[in-house]
Amino acid sequence: MILARKFYSSKMKGLLVLTALFVAVFGKKTFEGDQVLRITAKNEAQIFLLKELSEQEHLGLDFWREPVHESLPVDVYVPFHSLQAVRVFLRYNQIQYNVMIMDVQDLLDDEEREMVKYRTIPRSTDDFVYTAYHDLNSIYSFMDMLVAENSNLVSKIVIGQSYENRPLNVLKFSTGANRPGIWFDTGIHSREWVTQASGIWFAKKIVTDYGRDPVLTDILNNYDIFLEIVTNPDGFAYTHSRDRMWRKTRKPNSGSSCVGVDPNRNWDAGFGGGGSSSNPCTETYRGPSAHSEPEVKAIVDFVKSHGKLKAFLSIHSYSQMLLYPYGYTRTSAKDQVELHELARKAVSELQSLHNTAYTYGSVITTIYQADGITVDWTYEQGIKYSYTFELRDTGRYGFLLPADQIIPTAEETWLALMAIMEHTKNNPY
Amino acid sequence: MASTGDLEPTHYPARRAAQVALHYLNTHHGSPFRVFGLQQVHKASAEDVAAGGRKYKLDFSVTDWGSGSAGPALRCSADVLFPRTERHSAPKVELHCEALQQINSTAQEDDAFYQKYISPDSTVSARDIPDSFGNMSEEMQPFWRLARVAASFIMLRESSENTEFNMAKVASITQQESSEEQLMLEFVVLLHDFPSQEIVQWKLLASWSPDRGVRVLQTEWQPRCPHATKPPN
Repeated sequence: MILARKFYSSKMKGLLVLTALFVAVFGKKTFEGDQVLRITAKNEAQIFLLKELSEQEHLGLDFWREPVHESLPVDVYVPFHSLQAVRVFLRYNQIQYNVMIMDVQDLLDDEEREMVKYRTIPRSTDDFVYTAYHDLNSIYSFMDMLVAENSNLVSKIVIGQSYENRPLNVLKFSTGANRPGIWFDTGIHSREWVTQASGIWFAKKIVTDYGRDPVLTDILNNYDIFLEIVTNPDGFAYTHSRDRMWRKTRKPNSGSSCVGVDPNRNWDAGFGGGGSSSNPCTETYRGPSAHSEPEVKAIVDFVKSHGKLKAFLSIHSYSQMLLYPYGYTRTSAKDQVELHELARKAVSELQSLHNTAYTYGSVITTIYQADGITVDWTYEQGIKYSYTFELRDTGRYGFLLPADQIIPTAEETWLALMAIMEHTKNNPY
Repeated sequence: MASTGDLEPTHYPARRAAQVALHYLNTHHGSPFRVFGLQQVHKASAEDVAAGGRKYKLDFSVTDWGSGSAGPALRCSADVLFPRTERHSAPKVELHCEALQQINSTAQEDDAFYQKYISPDSTVSARDIPDSFGNMSEEMQPFWRLARVAASFIMLRESSENTEFNMAKVASITQQESSEEQLMLEFVVLLHDFPSQEIVQWKLLASWSPDRGVRVLQTEWQPRCPHATKPPN
């Protein structure tokens, strides 16, 4: 809760809407260029002048706060056609003022946008607000709507249940049977909100571009895409209800009052090593055993039973990096050279859009030693193109990335994902 | 794992040392309208030193977050020494940034901000800057920057080769009674450490004026119990 108030109080906004409606009734269609000025009279003489001004009906002024006494501000709505005259008058008489509302139409537009955002549950994925962060229910509804709108292309698979019995939903994009697959997951660490938000955008992007973008169409005509948007739903719900900084799962740990396991230290690749913690009260707690977390086990089971995944992209934030195995050992991955070159290409694509700088390399050299991570396991399962993304930013906002960066982040990341998918398709193995 | 000699600039050992230099830069030159962020490390090397410890030599660029993406990058060089002592002690930094004096002065904004809030009636109080959605009002931005600069004192002091700190959020800001013509602000900040992924909470008391800059008078580590089953009461 912020006690230092927003510049425009809600009372003011209410007045503004009323005024807008009032004037609209009298045939005015737009408030472009109209302003609201706050005038500070410094003596009685100036108050007198302002009273005279208010009597000039042809100016069409509307005093929200009438000139009464020099100790009180005078707020006046000035239509565009009168602005010049009013400003000259104030300057000539050396009456101080400042512009409270620079452009009334802009404010009304903003307000309209805000109202649309919070109006009701979106009725379709075209109605959905991609520029805002959503809660779990909204995201699950989005998935169902997407499937309903694109039932020839998209289906929802429930690969398991979280500890608190929430469904682990995966969207499957498929144009035919028995295809090899490409996997993306977002939100495995629940506080990394730009990732789930980007996942939603990716889902919509895929259905929009299939049949329109030749590269994506070609990919989908040969591969299935699997997208798990909320990979850690219990953690995600907790970031909304209790602790915005929650990272782990929400499974209690026996013998400890501390809850949760780091789902990105729980995989059976270098499990138990120094790049993870044995203390349940830490953020990188590995868990009692590999795959002990149902959220992780569900993916493990899915990957094994699918048997034909060819790329696996696990999406995190923050620090603007594209990483490949290994995190648990300094030994280079067998495919290091190819993975490095593909990372270079993907990052170059990403950067081309908004000039966002990314670094890339193996996990252990670039970011830190991390044991039991997702992509080390998937790589050792034979999924060659296994990458971890760290999205925006580099620490200024960190996990609390402003919502107006969701779409730019998703758009640029998509270019990198496309580069990796295209390479996968062109280099079957 | 020791790495001595030339370092890969995009890898973490160089980056962590550069972040320490950034914290140092902000403690000296940060203000309500100026906070520096790391743009890129150009070159880096490290060597063990006779007294015990490792010294990093860095060549890097920084940008001013206050001026957005429009701002120019400043080129800096720094020596960062991480001492090897039984108990942790703060790294030592020597820093030189070219053209530091030439970047656009924020004196006007500093003064306006100072005049506005130094009045005895001023009692700014706020929580969650930014909020869960990354929102921050324009009025709060200079306070966020002050918190970030004050937090830099702590981050600098607490840094080692095994940490990489950022400020995750300002949990609260409470203006205290001005003293000796300094704005007095009590902050509770959440710091994020990359390697451990831990969120660490600190309460601190800082002063600021356009003349004296930011000073941190008191710091207090505060326990958080996020991992526990019940939230603390």
